[in-house]
Formats: sequence, structure tokens, C-alpha cells
Amino acid sequence: MQAFYNLLIGPGAWIAFAVFLGGCAWRLSTMGALARRKDMVAVAYMESKHSLNSIMHWVTPFATLGWRENPAMTVATFAFHISIVLLALFAPGHAIMWDYAFGVGVWALPEAVADILTIVALAACGFFAWRRLSDPTVSFVTRPMDWLVLGLAAVPLLTGILAKYVMTQNLVFATLHVLSGEAMLVALPFTRLSHAVFSVFTRAYIGSEFGAVRHCKDW
Amino acid sequence: MGITERRIEDAGLMRGIAALTPERIEKVVKAVTEGEAGARLKVYYETCMRCGLCAKACHYCISHDGEPDYSPVGKMEQTMWRLLREGGRVSPDVIYDMAQIAYTECNLCRRCIHYCPIGIDTGYVISLVRRICHRLGVTPRYMQDTAHSHAATFNQMWVKEDEWVDSLIWQEDEARSEIPTMRIPLEVEGADILYSVIAPEPKFRTQLIYQAAVIMDQAGVSWTMPATPGWDNSDMAMFSGDSEVMGRIKRAHFELAQRLRVKRIVMGECGHAFRSIYDVGNRWLGWKMHPVPVVHSVEFFWELFDQGKIKLAKRFEEPVTIHDPCNIVRGRGLMDKLREVVHALCPNVVEMTPNREHNFCCCAGGGVINCGPPFKGVRVEGNRIKAEQLKATGVKTVIAPCHNCHGGLEDIIHHYKLGMHTKFLGDIIYDCMEKPGAV
Repeated sequence: MQAFYNLLIGPGAWIAFAVFLGGCAWRLSTMGALARRKDMVAVAYMESKHSLNSIMHWVTPFATLGWRENPAMTVATFAFHISIVLLALFAPGHAIMWDYAFGVGVWALPEAVADILTIVALAACGFFAWRRLSDPTVSFVTRPMDWLVLGLAAVPLLTGILAKYVMTQNLVFATLHVLSGEAMLVALPFTRLSHAVFSVFTRAYIGSEFGAVRHCKDW
Repeated sequence: MGITERRIEDAGLMRGIAALTPERIEKVVKAVTEGEAGARLKVYYETCMRCGLCAKACHYCISHDGEPDYSPVGKMEQTMWRLLREGGRVSPDVIYDMAQIAYTECNLCRRCIHYCPIGIDTGYVISLVRRICHRLGVTPRYMQDTAHSHAATFNQMWVKEDEWVDSLIWQEDEARSEIPTMRIPLEVEGADILYSVIAPEPKFRTQLIYQAAVIMDQAGVSWTMPATPGWDNSDMAMFSGDSEVMGRIKRAHFELAQRLRVKRIVMGECGHAFRSIYDVGNRWLGWKMHPVPVVHSVEFFWELFDQGKIKLAKRFEEPVTIHDPCNIVRGRGLMDKLREVVHALCPNVVEMTPNREHNFCCCAGGGVINCGPPFKGVRVEGNRIKAEQLKATGVKTVIAPCHNCHGGLEDIIHHYKLGMHTKFLGDIIYDCMEKPGAV
């Protein structure tokens, strides 16, 4: 177990980050090339002012009609995304790992804050799952990929908190935590999680269309 | 009730699927999704999180008490997302259902843009579904007839060239009994403005040409109307998925304006035609923006008021409400100018909620009303929310500066027994303006 764990936090981390970064770069560059080849009818209208305006509204809770009319989803979405990004970068255990794996020293969240963020993100995942099952407008369009990406996001959170508080004597949950975290990184460029890299561009595009051509806000 | 259970018989759709084979469907789906579409479609398909936030945006979904297959993402799921997931390997029957969804259960109104955190353009995705249906020959009969008319006559209502000119001269004759000096200038090269209308105006709303002519004449505008094909700015080919015909008729329209060397095109009170000329047709032809400036009549009327060229003899005292047409509000941001014009004319305006760029569509746009009588029930029942909005205002007059909105709202008003009527801005301006030349 220890050897497998060491493999995951050593070479595994390098491979996961390489696939993650390389995959993101590859997806972005090939998609950008495709857009320039086939979608100039859209790309030609992109410009920074309206792109930023749109993005800033959509990253602000309740600043758009869609957020305002879906308040529970707004709270859950923002809580989840803010928590998972903060945890991924600054969880105390991760700070150690940044140093161990890559020799990078980063600031760490206080333990209690990290715990709260984990519970908040897990609760949000629970809410997303509940919606997928109980809200007909969501369950109607839910496909296996949606459960897969929810699982990819939730399992590292769950195993992280279990490794810390429930099964601290051995490495079972710690190993699962690292494994699932690396799985999320590897899957991000190639699954629906790719919205993490693409949504800034889709948002910028539609913001530009609405702002520059249609003279109308898109929020 | 799913789309198969609510299937409506349409001669065009039935005839279309009768000629389909699975191989042809797969080939055409790939030709559009891989040949015509590019990164936008790929990214939208991959990153649509199936969160369902857009369900609250769509008037169809709201009017059917949240039935999931009417939500924007539900419609994409049943059409394009399924085609992509299954590689186009679907049966002709499925194509029928997809065509019914794409042509009659989405107005391409883009309200859902305001609900999607990713920024997915459902209107674009559904337009691509229509493109596939068009290339498969599966189009609603009434809409296809209109597209055929565009292809054959360059107008949407089979108006012959002499009938068009005759209609203009007829309206000029009529108007000269009110304003003896009035002319409808034809083919005047170098005029400031080319005034263009949609074919339903000469066909059955001829009084609108009369009113517009009086407004132009009494405001002292340098204008002309064309006598040759290209005068019709409407575009059902854009909505049927026939981009080639759309390109032909838009080219004819722009080249007409260029031949007459006008400074700009002013359009009558129509929404979809504005979308075609201002936003869509120009792109198909390779112009980033339209080659001749295009102004919708709401903006033009606003200019006339702003420049003091229209003076009012009276105001329209009855309470009114304002309907924001999608294609000039979400398509051009004319909500403020529309209100300024209406407030100049009407002292008592009761707003609907939501309004402006968050308005609910009339449910006629996007070519849905042009799918004809078989689908009238779809759009009337699919827009109960608009009827409730209208009723809540308590007024009897709704101002809607768009032809399709008029048709759609009138049907809703009749069906839900609202006891209201619709008016164009031109109706009220003509009625209230000073006409110094009138006898």
C-alpha cells in the first residue's frame, strides 16, 4: 500500500499533471484552430470589453437573470466551485504535496477552513445529485457522463475528509484520495469537466455577440 | 407527454421522411455537424452541463408547467445532442420528431442565453437541427412553400413584380385623397433611404405601406421604394435552414440598395427580417456587418421624434403595454428607443414583467407561425405565460413593432379571450401626428 501510495504521489502526480496541462493545451489549441477554420463567422466578433463584461457578470452570484431565478443552484454552484478551487490549490495536505512533488512552496488554508470548504463542496455535490434525481428538467437530460463528472469531483472530496478523520491509521482513503484527485486532473480536458477551460471562451463569445452586435446584455 | 405522443400531422414532414433512408440521414447529419459546423457545436455539446437552469427561461416550458422536454436543454437533448451521441444513426420517424421540435417548439428567441452560465446559444444549435432537416428535405409544408416563394420570386408571398408596383401606386392613390401632394417615390437613385417591407404588407397589410408613406412624406424624408425584386426583406429560408436561398435573397436586397445608391435601408416593423439582414444573412454572404447601414423602423421613428420631424396633433390616451420583439431587443437592443417613442405617443404605459431584454417571446417568431395552421395550437398553448403577462397589465392595447409578434399575440389574445388588440407604432404615429399637407 505504501509503495503504491508513493508511486501515486511521486511519478503519478507528475503524469497526472502532465496529462492535465498537456491535455488542456492540446484541447485549447486544436479547438482554437477548428474555430479559426470553421467558425470565423463567430470568432470575428469577439472582443475584450464585452467578453469581460459578460464574464464578470456571470462570475458574480445573482448578477444575472439565470442566477437570480435559480437561487439554490446559484449558492450551490458558487460554493462548490470556490471551495474546490481553493482546496485543490491550498488544502494543507496539498501545500505539503506541492513542496514534496514539485518543490513549490504555497500558502495553506487553516485546517478548520479546509474542513469547512470540503463539507460545503460535498454538500453542493449532494445537492447536484439530488437535483439530477428529483428535478424532472434535470433528470430528463442527465446522461452517464453527468454522473461520471459529478463522481470525479465528489470522490476526492469525500476520500480526503475520510482519510483525515475516519481512517487515519492506514493509507486506504489517502490512496483513494490521491488516485481520484489524479483521475479528475486527467479527465478534466477530455470530459464534460472541460467546461473549466472552455467556458471562458463560450462566455466571451456570446458576450461579444450580444454586446458588440446586438447591443444587449447577455445576463 | 413526449414528442412522439404529441406528433402533429404535416404533409411536408410526412413527405420528407417517406424519402429517407438511415444511410442518407447519417450522411447528412455528418455533413452538417462535421462539415458545416465547427468548434462552437463541439464545445456546446461537450460543456452543456445538463443543469437545467434554462428550463425557467423558455415560454414553452413554463406554459407547460415545466415539462422537461420543452426546456431548451431538453429540446437540444432530443435533437442535436442525440444526433451527435448516436452519430446520426436515427430512424426517419425520429427525424420527424426532431423537425417538429426544431421548427415548431423553439422560436430561436434566445431568452435562454440569459440563463446559461456557459453561454450556450440554443438558437444556434436548433438552427443547425433545422439545417439538417432542410438538407434531408423534412420541412413543414407551409414554411417550405414560403421558402419556395423566396427562391422563385425573391419575396415570401408569391407577389408578382407588377403586383408589387401596382400595390404601391394603389396606396399612393389612396393617400392622395388625404394628402394631395403625396407620392410614393419609386426607384429614386441617391435617395437617403430605401424603405423596405415584408411581402405580407402588399399582400394583406397594405395600410401599413400607406401609413409609412404618409409618415415619410410629412416628415420630409428623402426616401424611395424599389420596383424590382429584392424589395422584400423577409426571410423564411433563414428559418427553414435553406442558407443558400437566404444568401440569394439577402444579396438581392443589399444589391438593390447599392444600385439605388441610398445611404441606408430603413425597414418596416418586422423582427425576423431585421435579424436576417442585420445579423444572419450578411454573415452568410461574408460581410462582417451589413454592407448598407440597416435601421429598424423603431430606431427610425425615434430619430424622427428626436429631430423634431414628427409633431403630434394629439396623443393616444388609452392605456397601452409594450411588447418587446426578440429580434430587435435581444437582437439589437432597441428597448430604450422603443420606450421613448411609445412614451412620446402614449401618456399611459403599463409595463409587462419581465420586459425589455428579458421579455417573453410572442411564440410566433423563428418561423413557427409560418409552419401554418397545423401548428397553431403548439404556439398558442406554448405561450400561456405571455397571455398571463398581457392579462396582468389590464390594458386593452398592446404595441408590438413586429409582424410576427402581431400574428402570434393576436392568436393568443383570441385563444385566451383577453379582449385586447395589437397596434404597430406606425398605426399610432399615423393616427396622432400632425399632417400639414392633409386636406
